[in-house]
Amino acid sequence: MEMINCKINGIAVSVPKGATILEAAREAGVDIPTLCYLKEINEIGACRICVVEATGARGLVTACVYPVTEGMEVKTNTPKVQNARKINLELILSTHEKKCLSCVRSQDCELQTLCRDYGVEDSGKYDGFKPQYELDLSAPHLVRDNNKCILCRRCVAACEKQYVHVIGANDRGIDTHIGTPFEKQLDDVPCVSCGQCTVVCPTGALREKDNTDEVWEAIADPSKHVVVQTAPSIRATLGECFGMPIGTNVEGKMVAALRRLGFDKVFDTDFGADLTIVEEATEFIDRVKNGGVLPMITSCSPGWVKFAEYYYPELLEHLSSCKSPQQMVGAVIKTYYAQKNNIDPNDIVVVSIMPCTAKKFEVGRDDQSAAGVPDVDIALTTRELGRMIMRAGIDFVNLPDEQFDNPLSDDTGAAVIFGSTGGVMEAALRTANDLLTGKDNKDVEYKEVRGTAGLKEAVYNIAGIEVKVAVASGIENANYIMSRIKDGTADWHFIEIMCCPGGCVNGGGQPLQPASVRNFVDLTSLRAKALYEQDKAMKIRKSHKSPAIKKVYEEFFEKYGSHKAHEILHTSYVGRKKYR
Amino acid sequence: MKTLAELEAIRDKAREKMNIRNNNSEAIRVVVGMATCGIAAGARPVLNAFAEEVAKRRLENVVVNQTGCIGMCQFEPIVEVLVPGHEKVTYAKVTPDKVARIVVDHIVNGNPVMEYTIGHIMK
Amino acid sequence: MVRSHVLVCGGTGCTSSNSLKIIEALEKEINKQGLTDEVKVVQTGCFGLCALGPVMIVYPEGCFYSMVKVEDIPEIVSEHLLKGRIVTRLLYDETVGKDEIKSLNETDFYKKQVRVALRNCGVIDPESIEEYIAYDGYMALAKCLTEYTPEQVIKIVSDSGLRGRGGGGFPTGRKWALTAPNKAPQKYVVCNADEGDPGAFMDRSVLEGDPHAIIEAMAIAGYAIGATKGFVYVRAEYPIAVKRLQIAIDKAREYGLLGKNILGSGFDFDMEIRLGAGAFVCGEETALMTSIEGNRGEPRPRPPYPAVKGLFGMPTVENNVETLANIPQIILRGPEWFSSMGTEKSKGTKVFALGGKIKHTGLVEIPMGTTLREVVEEIGGGIPGGKKFKAAQTGGPSGGCIPAELFDTKIDYDNLTEIGCMMGSGGLIVMDEDTCMVDIAKFFLEFTVDESCGKCTPCRVGTKRLLEKLEKITSGNGTMQDIDELEELCNFIKENSLCGLGQTAPNPVLSTLRFFRDEYISHVKDKKCPAGVCKSLMSYVIIADKCKGCTACVRVCPVGAISGSVKQPHVIDDSKCIKCGACMEKCKFGAIVKQ
Repeated sequence: MEMINCKINGIAVSVPKGATILEAAREAGVDIPTLCYLKEINEIGACRICVVEATGARGLVTACVYPVTEGMEVKTNTPKVQNARKINLELILSTHEKKCLSCVRSQDCELQTLCRDYGVEDSGKYDGFKPQYELDLSAPHLVRDNNKCILCRRCVAACEKQYVHVIGANDRGIDTHIGTPFEKQLDDVPCVSCGQCTVVCPTGALREKDNTDEVWEAIADPSKHVVVQTAPSIRATLGECFGMPIGTNVEGKMVAALRRLGFDKVFDTDFGADLTIVEEATEFIDRVKNGGVLPMITSCSPGWVKFAEYYYPELLEHLSSCKSPQQMVGAVIKTYYAQKNNIDPNDIVVVSIMPCTAKKFEVGRDDQSAAGVPDVDIALTTRELGRMIMRAGIDFVNLPDEQFDNPLSDDTGAAVIFGSTGGVMEAALRTANDLLTGKDNKDVEYKEVRGTAGLKEAVYNIAGIEVKVAVASGIENANYIMSRIKDGTADWHFIEIMCCPGGCVNGGGQPLQPASVRNFVDLTSLRAKALYEQDKAMKIRKSHKSPAIKKVYEEFFEKYGSHKAHEILHTSYVGRKKYR
Repeated sequence: MKTLAELEAIRDKAREKMNIRNNNSEAIRVVVGMATCGIAAGARPVLNAFAEEVAKRRLENVVVNQTGCIGMCQFEPIVEVLVPGHEKVTYAKVTPDKVARIVVDHIVNGNPVMEYTIGHIMK
Repeated sequence: MVRSHVLVCGGTGCTSSNSLKIIEALEKEINKQGLTDEVKVVQTGCFGLCALGPVMIVYPEGCFYSMVKVEDIPEIVSEHLLKGRIVTRLLYDETVGKDEIKSLNETDFYKKQVRVALRNCGVIDPESIEEYIAYDGYMALAKCLTEYTPEQVIKIVSDSGLRGRGGGGFPTGRKWALTAPNKAPQKYVVCNADEGDPGAFMDRSVLEGDPHAIIEAMAIAGYAIGATKGFVYVRAEYPIAVKRLQIAIDKAREYGLLGKNILGSGFDFDMEIRLGAGAFVCGEETALMTSIEGNRGEPRPRPPYPAVKGLFGMPTVENNVETLANIPQIILRGPEWFSSMGTEKSKGTKVFALGGKIKHTGLVEIPMGTTLREVVEEIGGGIPGGKKFKAAQTGGPSGGCIPAELFDTKIDYDNLTEIGCMMGSGGLIVMDEDTCMVDIAKFFLEFTVDESCGKCTPCRVGTKRLLEKLEKITSGNGTMQDIDELEELCNFIKENSLCGLGQTAPNPVLSTLRFFRDEYISHVKDKKCPAGVCKSLMSYVIIADKCKGCTACVRVCPVGAISGSVKQPHVIDDSKCIKCGACMEKCKFGAIVKQ
């Protein structure tokens, strides 16, 4: 590889040809502040915060996109540079709604941090016309507050990267703002609710809709039996909310914290994952044996399901009819668990902790009420749970490890890896292989479908049947899969699709990491690693081997894919109009 | 069109049609009296005959103009030929059949057709 | 047999002064007089003398009629076209000599002009490919394809010294040379016809008057850099240009001058028109390409430059209309011919659109190095009403002003840059003593604030704040600190903006601060607008001694700000007055003055 030699603040570094000043500076141990830049997602040089002086360049250049050249000398902190950044920040502040004290992003706002670092005085020097915007509260999953938007367009890029593209810049000049097509409400455009925009927003302009007050209220209500379930990936990410290293598995502390928050029962969505696997594997085998619609596609990810409903309504038969693990757990709690413990389902409040904003949409879907009431009542994101723990004054880092409650526990390694792209496929293959061969196969690792690549393909021989599988994450890849099915060139049998790139560990409800971390750390891999490590360490690594699963079929569902299972654990899909 | 020769042929043909626009002070000017008297005496066919003859012979340096009455109505159609650097020659009672000779002898070869000139006719 | 051609200007200027009706009337009248076979009416592009429109020229005499009305047509036909009697009263006065009619080329307006880019404008019928070919059209392309290698073509363009006429002045040959070696499955030639500077209309005129020249030049550029596909990005507000260009493209295809295997050379080239929706920023090359790609027209950071990664991510050459219009001539007449015109570093000619306080508003093409004085006083006919020249603005909202003391500046790229101006695309707005320079800066800034795409912070917020500070100063609320902050912010925006729009937006402010700082100070310290333009800083008053009490002013005042009894001195209520000046204009006794 051709290397370029340059100097950053006098420090000599050698970087591959094509590297930007920002990357070279990182190599030299120098941080250059950025606002709009997100590696490989938003490289537009728009905010101009990262300006530096560089030899051979006219004026100041943006470090985020400007490639270094041989012999270039870069200065990142001269008075001229600092002054430019300061004026820039003051201009941004002159259009920013500075309700910082009451902002959900207070103390993890990237703008706030920069203003502090650069000693911005907020003298009002540039006070002037400031457009006012109404909040968009139409969608169930998020709030759009353009008054706090600094037009970095990271959200637009994230949405575009997701192939959804329902937000973009509207109008121009000082009136430029992020909006939807035709200035519609977010709920009236084909937003898949993935929340990737909220994860990348540097300020409080885009945030999940906060449902924590409803949870506090339910917990305080003595007539309610409040149970909580946590998705597979939460244990790998929640620690970040408390400054723990990325990829720390905090399952035990998380259970302890939830109990201290006052939940009556703390269940594991992993149970739902295992349930999904046995039902889905059964459905797949049935489709293969009885000439059903193939390829079959997983349906755990509500963002992906919503995308399919908007864009491929004619192909919805390809989706597994299984509810998502969240909904399965909710359905089992309000039927099996309620009956077993003699509790009126109306008195049960099911709260779920999800890596996902689309789960807030999913809880309100039709055909998700096995007991005549919604399977799940409130879906919170990892971030909301973090805030609840913080508010409750729980010293999370020093909590002891505790165990999930029975009977919805006994998770398997198969369920744990649901949180990463490829995990569902691997879990399903483990079970399908056993079910089809009738053996307890020792080889449980399907490494071809692991890793953070957006699109993975593999062929496996299971009981003499050649099974072609594909794993896609991110809507762009989902769309590719669907277009192949649509034009008849798809030869896969079974496909896993996750809405968010990299799967749930990178979900739209996961803890925020500033661009300075996102640009240089592979968040998805670090978080997924924690899950695969847990899987490897577990005794039971196949869903159908879970004692809890065995028990629920023995006591309640009778057998995989039974009529009762279908009534409670399966659902249906509808074509959706893109613009309302 | 597939060759340069074809392009050149189109150019040459188009150029002929546009010679009229060469506002060239060095050009030989043929001026036909086109006042009411001239028109009545048949100046229009004469004017057209000159235009045609000039075009036919691809005389790029010749401009055919009209003018008003010069006060000798009985000699209309009157045509003046102005060759730069030479005395103006005025032809009187010009008819279309005389045009070709004026063009060939006078304009092309530089020999005014004395028998058509006003001086000759007035004698 | 056709013996006379009547060329009527069909450019946008004359079209808006009704030239289409004139053509209609002309054809009707010619028919009536039985002259249909003898007289040909040709609709051409712009002659340049737009202030005199509608204009026409009658050949072979070369008579130039100006401000022709439909009612004049029967006279022109029966007198001139039939009887040969020139209608002297309609002749442009400068063509009327003592006892002869002067050619248009001998008038002050045309005398000093050298028409290269505009050579066919007002001369040929832009909808006729034959007329273009008659004047050596497509010969340059033929020459390139049959005699030169692409490298030779690039060398000729480089040697000519041609620089981009869109504003930046980047050497065209070098641009081509940087693009040619880059390997890619597809390369593009893009013609930037998104002329956005207020008052500039040379690109429109070239497209309207000589569209084939652009097609030919783009094909030559394609041959030179190895591109087979071209796009012309033209504003939808230029319907005549779009229509004629489309006709020209269709004709060129029909003649085999676009398409596969052009002139049997094996070279393929074709092109399409893309309509812009009128955003100023789309004249910026990367924003233009983003727009062609179907996205919101916004600039992209450079590098990568278009030569490496341009339209659809492919190597692209983007040239402005006027730049391209020079190319066929350079090929046919050689680089030495072109470089013999102009100054050391700025070769050839430049087209300017004259506007503002000048007699001959219109389009002129002058050799580089002509002085501003020559342009304004000789070609432009000076300032009407005996007013004094104060300054001229070049480069529109991206440029700056040239004050009277620099009237003898030789116009070229480097001289203009040196004095804080820029060539820009060629708008030249003349201002007289009645112009307030702070107000002018505000005017241009209003434009850029409105046209900022909103992508980068300095331009989006910064220009708005600049404008607000200017508004503060012109309304009499400014402080000396505001002037300092204005300058600081200008320099920040210039250095930190993403694209040329933002980088040049502060120029009108910086340039007026440089040459007319005292005017800013007057606004701030004395609360006075020296030119009497800024409404907040002046008032109309009635001089009681001169007022006869005729009540004419009372009747004309639109807001009822004037009161007084008949035959008694009147007074103006300053709190109601909107400073429209109608009363002053109406007063016969000179009793109303601005203070």
